[in-house]
Amino acid sequence: MKTLVIAEHDNAALAPATLNVLAAAARLGGEVDLLVAGQDCRAVAEVAAAVAGVARVILVDAPAYKDQLAENLAALVVAQVRTKSYGAVLAAASAFGKNLAPRVAALLDVAQVSDVVSITAVGRYVRPIYAGNVLVSVESDEPVQVLTVRPTSFDAVAATGGAATVEEAQAEADLGLSRLVGRALSKSERPELGSAAIVVSGGRGLGNGDNYQQVLAPLADRLGAALGASRAAVDAGYVPNDYQVGQTGKIVAPGLYLAVGISGAIQHLAGMKDSKVIVAINKDPDAPIFQVADYGLVGDLFEAVPQLTASLAS
Amino acid sequence: MKILVPVKRVVDYNVKVRVRGDGSGVELAGVKMAINPFDEIAVEEAVRLREASMATEVVAVSCGPTACQETLRTALAMGADRAILVETDAELQPLAVAKLLKAVADKEQPDLVICGKQAIDDDANQTGQILAALMGRGQATFASKLVLSGRTLEVTREVDGGLETLALELPAVVTADLRLNEPRYATLPNIMKAKKKPLEVLPAGALGVDVAPRLRHTRHAEPEARKAGIRVADVAELVSRLKNEAKVI
Ligand SMILES: Cc1cc2nc3c(=O)[nH]c(=O)nc-3n(C[C@H](O)[C@H](O)[C@H](O)COP(=O)(O)OP(=O)(O)OC[C@H]3O[C@@H](n4cnc5c(N)ncnc54)[C@H](O)[C@@H]3O)c2cc1C
Repeated sequence: MKTLVIAEHDNAALAPATLNVLAAAARLGGEVDLLVAGQDCRAVAEVAAAVAGVARVILVDAPAYKDQLAENLAALVVAQVRTKSYGAVLAAASAFGKNLAPRVAALLDVAQVSDVVSITAVGRYVRPIYAGNVLVSVESDEPVQVLTVRPTSFDAVAATGGAATVEEAQAEADLGLSRLVGRALSKSERPELGSAAIVVSGGRGLGNGDNYQQVLAPLADRLGAALGASRAAVDAGYVPNDYQVGQTGKIVAPGLYLAVGISGAIQHLAGMKDSKVIVAINKDPDAPIFQVADYGLVGDLFEAVPQLTASLAS
Repeated sequence: MKILVPVKRVVDYNVKVRVRGDGSGVELAGVKMAINPFDEIAVEEAVRLREASMATEVVAVSCGPTACQETLRTALAMGADRAILVETDAELQPLAVAKLLKAVADKEQPDLVICGKQAIDDDANQTGQILAALMGRGQATFASKLVLSGRTLEVTREVDGGLETLALELPAVVTADLRLNEPRYATLPNIMKAKKKPLEVLPAGALGVDVAPRLRHTRHAEPEARKAGIRVADVAELVSRLKNEAKVI
């Protein structure tokens, strides 16, 4: 069986999550091809060709794919599956993959399995439901297995060491069903939230956006950490939406997660409870976050966090 | 302009679910049920569009057992004009739900479908996308803002790197994210009024759709609980433990 992985990229760089999806694809056995569809994205295809375990990079370079619109991409993926007889299609359970994969599955008339965290064989998966409170084993006999996979559950394959061929493939028609008007992407010098080794996350306890920046950012800088947030902090406008960790935000599993002024609602825990070490700083000794924290500090964050930052400097 | 809003009956988001002893599923007996929070946001958005005279009718639709009428009454109390229950006791997976919704859409011919982006029980995040594909229409998922001008809909989407805005021609399918709006509470008079609004029951079998489950859910388990941690006395102890014990800094 051959597997097609959908590369996530911005026409310039390959998203790190793609390396985790390739690791999941390897669990299915058989050859793994990687589809790089975009415009002026040959550089991405060349980087992708060096990734360990990729047999072929399928490069489709056309204006219809420039903005990664789901309608055009789904039609392309389906055409590739039909002409090349792929038995599985995998994408990351990221905003990109979640948007695209169900459309692919629908056009193939197969049931997709979402957010796979473990693969034992083709058609044998485990995925979380109910905000991660339940793990369900799923069996599928679908002729094409369409999966989104949770990147933090699979260790990334090596970015180098591979020697895939780059094959160009035909673009499909531009369906014109949607069009990009614009993007407002957060720019940050910090590591990417989804793959950072350390995450410093703030909640409603920070009180406002200025406090968030003044109290948490120096700690994150000192630790070389990514910044995250609870939904309450995002809803209140302390930080942009892409900081949100949780059931409906990003799933993270860093080596160290510091939850500051976050109560620990199940929807938040769903996004971070697979972190290796969890630290909670909260003034409420009964806050549920302490039930998952390896190290809990009961106290006022406005005192504790600056102290922590200062003691890391020395 | 007609808006179709699919709504799902799910376990209330405040409930911590338990797996049945034999792993066959989640214990639902006696558990509080509610409208899926994302669907509630979808209903709110549709009602606001009608209140702003951008839409003329809001139709809520649910697929499932008789009890889903309750969920539809919630949507009606929020302001939906009428409701349709596609009734079945069978287990429904996202592909089947989307096919049933497609059959309803074929009859109703909505200009816009607003779904919730995911249901908080199966967390699948699929139905809106599948429905858009089956309808052959454009999709805008994870919406945090809708602006309608004429037949063009501009949707701001929450994506991993920030925000992205798409333009689509109607008919189209949108899925609602948390920050699209804050749903209203249904007032008592509106709850009373909702009881008199039309609620049509369609047997799922009458729609000519194969709803047989494609996936088998063979075992449910609770994830391993994290082992209890410790309370540190102060920042100095925290730093020392992170350095010497956990070795993460
Ligand atoms: C459908 C749905 C999806 C959701 N998805 C998500 C999601 O993806 N991610 C998410 O995070 N939430 C999500 N939520 C929301 C979630 O239920 C909680 O409301 C949210 O996580 C609370 O955020 P918080 O912990 O910052 O705020 P709160 O619960 O208000 O907690 C604030 C904490 O700060 C502490 N505090 C206050 N002042 C100080 C101080 N000076 N020093 C120390 N501690 C202090 C308080 O003791 C309290 O514990 C979702 C909810 C729903 C219904």
